[in-house]
Amino acid sequence: MTQMGGQLGLAYAFVEREIALSKRYWAWELVWLVYGIVTSLSVAYIGLAAPAISGGVVDPAAVSHFVLYLLVGTIAWRFLGIIFENIGEVIAWERWEGTIEYTFMSPVPRFTHLIGMCGATLVRATAFSVAILGAVTLFVPVDLSHANALSAVVLLLVGAMAFVGLGIASASFPLLWTEKGLQMAYIVQAVVLLVSGVYYPVDVLPGWMQALSTISPATYVIRGMRAALLDGADLATLWPEVWPALLVGVLSVPLGLRLFVEVERYAKRTGRLKRSG
Amino acid sequence: MATLTATRPEVIRTPGRDALVARAVTKTFKSSREGVRRAVNDVSLRVMRGEIYGLLGANGSGKSTLIRMFSTLLTPDEGEVRVFGLDIRADEDAVKRLINRVSVEASFFKKLSAMENLVYAGRLYGVAPDESRAKALVILRRLGVDIDRLNEPLEKLSRGMQQKVAIARAFLTAPTLLLLDEPTTGLDIRSKREVQTFVRDLRDEHDATIVLTTHDLDEAERLSDRIGILHDGRLVAEGTADELRARHGATALEDVFMSVTGRRLDEADAVAEDKTK
Ligand SMILES: Nc1ncnc2c1ncn2[C@@H]1O[C@H](COP(=O)(O)OP(=O)(O)O)[C@@H](O)[C@H]1O
Ligand SMILES: [Mg+2]
Repeated sequence: MTQMGGQLGLAYAFVEREIALSKRYWAWELVWLVYGIVTSLSVAYIGLAAPAISGGVVDPAAVSHFVLYLLVGTIAWRFLGIIFENIGEVIAWERWEGTIEYTFMSPVPRFTHLIGMCGATLVRATAFSVAILGAVTLFVPVDLSHANALSAVVLLLVGAMAFVGLGIASASFPLLWTEKGLQMAYIVQAVVLLVSGVYYPVDVLPGWMQALSTISPATYVIRGMRAALLDGADLATLWPEVWPALLVGVLSVPLGLRLFVEVERYAKRTGRLKRSG
Repeated sequence: MATLTATRPEVIRTPGRDALVARAVTKTFKSSREGVRRAVNDVSLRVMRGEIYGLLGANGSGKSTLIRMFSTLLTPDEGEVRVFGLDIRADEDAVKRLINRVSVEASFFKKLSAMENLVYAGRLYGVAPDESRAKALVILRRLGVDIDRLNEPLEKLSRGMQQKVAIARAFLTAPTLLLLDEPTTGLDIRSKREVQTFVRDLRDEHDATIVLTTHDLDEAERLSDRIGILHDGRLVAEGTADELRARHGATALEDVFMSVTGRRLDEADAVAEDKTK
């Protein structure tokens, strides 16, 4: 138990560090926040303008439904995207700061280190998502009267776990390919955005993209979030959306960690931990 | 000169535990640009507890590579390294708790203050924030650091101050083996002297064993109980400064360096500079 407490203390070091860094880089955080709000708000306005754009008469209830449909996609995607990006940049960021050798030399088990980074990321992703949702509701009417909050939170947590695992796996890319690792991770993220039905049902996609969509955990999380927030679906109803995302998480976290640890060993054999000798 | 030499024969003769033992350690790097490069070649050395061991060598002679292997950041291709009897691979976590390292680059989170960096580093080694702060203040005062500036972003501090904070960071965790990789390179004369005095005091007051690398002959002699000369990845000479001089019938360490490597140290550095260009 004390050992567990000790490990939590070590993990907290990373949370505290990341919060301190956010404060020092506050101007950049503000940029990302404004960017996030503006993106989500623009998407919401597309929904509000649906009758004008399509030229037809659309029932106001349907418009409101459409706006919420889009908002759930954009905000849930932001949440998952922050997790994937932050975890995926664990190596790249410290390389850039020049601290990577200190982190890897310290007597912190890799698992504890990554738990700490996940904690910090969850704090950041939650703060951003809540702030964006709050800002958007100032401009656009958001009707959450049918929402099932419990279902939504469970889905987000399940999605977070899946993306933590995928993020850990992609965090190891820069150790394998010092130059291009991070770019590769961003491309993966972009493809996931396209195929996961963030702004549309995946049925509109070509067949091969739909095939990809079935392996993206975001597909299930976002579809489930919509059912929870628009129609108030409970967890029993949502099980078909929960289990695939949960499966990805249950597999990707241990496999991602395993990959990361192997790649760390490889980097220590080949001198790739630090970019230059 | 003789009075400045930090030879302490009693340390060397005491049959205590070995702090660091390297046996036939070899490290080769493969790169597309330079091809295969044997950075460390069959190096064996033994550092006694409480001793300061100076590794002297030109740029590119393999000093940092050797230090990285001692600090678990690089895995040797061949050979064995033991820190207080623990194998750096098999007992990696235990070894990490015993060591710390100061590198040529200060390697901090640039936007965080010196204190934030120190508290974070302390946490990674299980040192509570209050203790880190108190200890850091003592060390930094002795190193002649202006305490008022410890809450400024680290990037605003001079190179000399950053290096002193790096030394405080390493010492904070009470390492039993301290690895100093060119701790004074690039410092102004005054900072250099302050750091050198601190290292000497450290050795005298605490039960610390220090391996330091330098390409400064004077510093090697001033600080080290014994000196090992690295040339092209090989340990080509080893002994106290007096022993080295006597063995090579030389009056200055410079002449010893010349006779074992075939070059003057500053020439060798110039050649290494050219190679990297
Ligand atoms: N991570 C690395 N990848 C490839 N080559 C490296 C790496 N680290 C060091 N080297 C090469 O090994 C040689 C020794 O370097 P180094 O140990 O840094 O020497 P020193 O610290 O004595 O200046 C140099 O030729 C350097 O280019
Ligand atoms: Mg070096």
